[in-house]
Amino acid sequence: MTAIELSAAVRAGERSAVDVLDEHLARIEERDGEIHAFNLVTADLARSQAEAVDSAVAEGRDPGPLAGVPVAVKDNTCTRGIPTTCSSRILDGWLPPYNATVVDRLAAAGAVTIGKTNLDEFAMGSSTENSAFGPTRNPHDTSKVPGGSSGGSAAAVAAAFAPLAIGSDTGGSIRQPAALCGVVGAKPTYGAVSRYGLIAFASSLDQIGPFATTVADAAVLLESIGGHDPRDSTSIEAPAPSILDALDRGVDGLRVGVLTELAGGPGGVEGISPDVIARTTQAVAALEAAGAEVSEVSVPSATLGLSAYYLIAPAEASSNLSRYDGVRYGLRVDAPTTGEMNTASRSAGFGDEVKRRIMLGTYALSAGYYDAFYGKALKVRTLILRDFAAAYEKVDVLVTPTSPTTAFGFGDKTADPMAMYVNDVCTIPSNLSGHPAISVPFGVGDDGLPIGVQILGPAQSEPTIFSVAAVLEDVASKGGAR
Amino acid sequence: MSDRITRDEVIHVARLARLELAPDEVDAFTEQLARVLEHAADVESLEVDDVPPTSHPLPLVNVFRADEITPSIDRDEVLAQAPFAEDHMFRVPPVLGEEP
Repeated sequence: MTAIELSAAVRAGERSAVDVLDEHLARIEERDGEIHAFNLVTADLARSQAEAVDSAVAEGRDPGPLAGVPVAVKDNTCTRGIPTTCSSRILDGWLPPYNATVVDRLAAAGAVTIGKTNLDEFAMGSSTENSAFGPTRNPHDTSKVPGGSSGGSAAAVAAAFAPLAIGSDTGGSIRQPAALCGVVGAKPTYGAVSRYGLIAFASSLDQIGPFATTVADAAVLLESIGGHDPRDSTSIEAPAPSILDALDRGVDGLRVGVLTELAGGPGGVEGISPDVIARTTQAVAALEAAGAEVSEVSVPSATLGLSAYYLIAPAEASSNLSRYDGVRYGLRVDAPTTGEMNTASRSAGFGDEVKRRIMLGTYALSAGYYDAFYGKALKVRTLILRDFAAAYEKVDVLVTPTSPTTAFGFGDKTADPMAMYVNDVCTIPSNLSGHPAISVPFGVGDDGLPIGVQILGPAQSEPTIFSVAAVLEDVASKGGAR
Repeated sequence: MSDRITRDEVIHVARLARLELAPDEVDAFTEQLARVLEHAADVESLEVDDVPPTSHPLPLVNVFRADEITPSIDRDEVLAQAPFAEDHMFRVPPVLGEEP
């Protein structure tokens, strides 16, 4: 059952939220030992939330659009009194004194928060292999990674541990694992969902978004968590456009561009698998058959996105992660002086990838290198915004693959950081521009594993990109993506 | 390749970032950071003098709120999360007398 169907059944009194919860807890009990989607299953909290939903229905009150729907929450999202680890040793034992806004909004919508999901430490990675608590496995093939950094959330939805999950996306951390796990994942417009209580990685790029098994479910979740929040000063003040209302409007007359540099075109990025290109081409053909006007569109600076991102994101991370110093929360390693204590705590608490990015960012911001690296990367960001603006004068949406390959094996890309970083090449430009993007499953690769196609649009075009994704979902469900 | 960044620079950057590295970690990070900086050469070599920088995707201005008193997070609840707190304060080892 989809989240929309479950919620309707609970609201109508046909299903009890407690029964729905028990069904999902049983699946977690049966299979999460193998998958490791969760760092923590919050069964007691979920049960009390489910009981409250059932009481509300019994008393004739509407619990909300997510009534009784289990939702898994990425473990970099603060939950009051419940461990929130970022899959890092440095937050060992920490219990947040407040809820993230999205957590409060989930509860207000009647959702049942079933647990905290695994991630690459501090959301830095593309495979969940950087988790301090061990990797998550891909439910489609447990010898493969689920993608990352929100690999636990993607796997939880793919394994039917929860119909919905919350992730965060700084360079593709929702869309890439969604593609590798065969589920829907979206990064909303920057500022569309409050970041209050999302533990910061790179503040100008981070955005919270939904995972679901269907485009409509992702839309309901996004509508439930989105909208202005005075506690996030970067939150968009204008009301969010309704996505669900627009979902079945189709693509007749819509102008669809293939972003050539990220879709195997000449002069574009290399390393995108032929089977991934083939599915993307097939998706575009399906949109054309459904009435879209298709053209090829160039976004030249998209090829510079990866380099610019791996200067900007580490620079912001090096600043954001300076707060972990052993003074106010988490791990402290005792030492004779405060300076030595700071260093000992950070050295023991952070894993290698986090240290690598902190050092890369510190280097890019340091005297003598600031202009050459960080300063230039910010100018590339301007070029990307300009190129997207020009593209969106010609087309309404752009289409690319989500990930260059299907799910890869454990250890395949851990020796060389660049080999891992290129997984984000198609997703990063949207974070640099702040624009929304959605990944929708569209067929499988030569290895039988899921492939995702990505739809990009200008700021606040969620209704449009979700409706395009809905068309592709429909085509794929009818066998048109083989 | 590793002339993009030297061992000494890695040790210096680690010190700035308050990280202590074992000698084999310095070797590994020097090699890995050099690979990333090698890739960043496409950005470093751009002629973009006339392009303004963008630090943020939204055209943000200062956000103000009404000067109204609202509840804050409970002090004791915050201090309860500290590794060491005393008399409503965070307790740390000696700071004075350290080298800068």
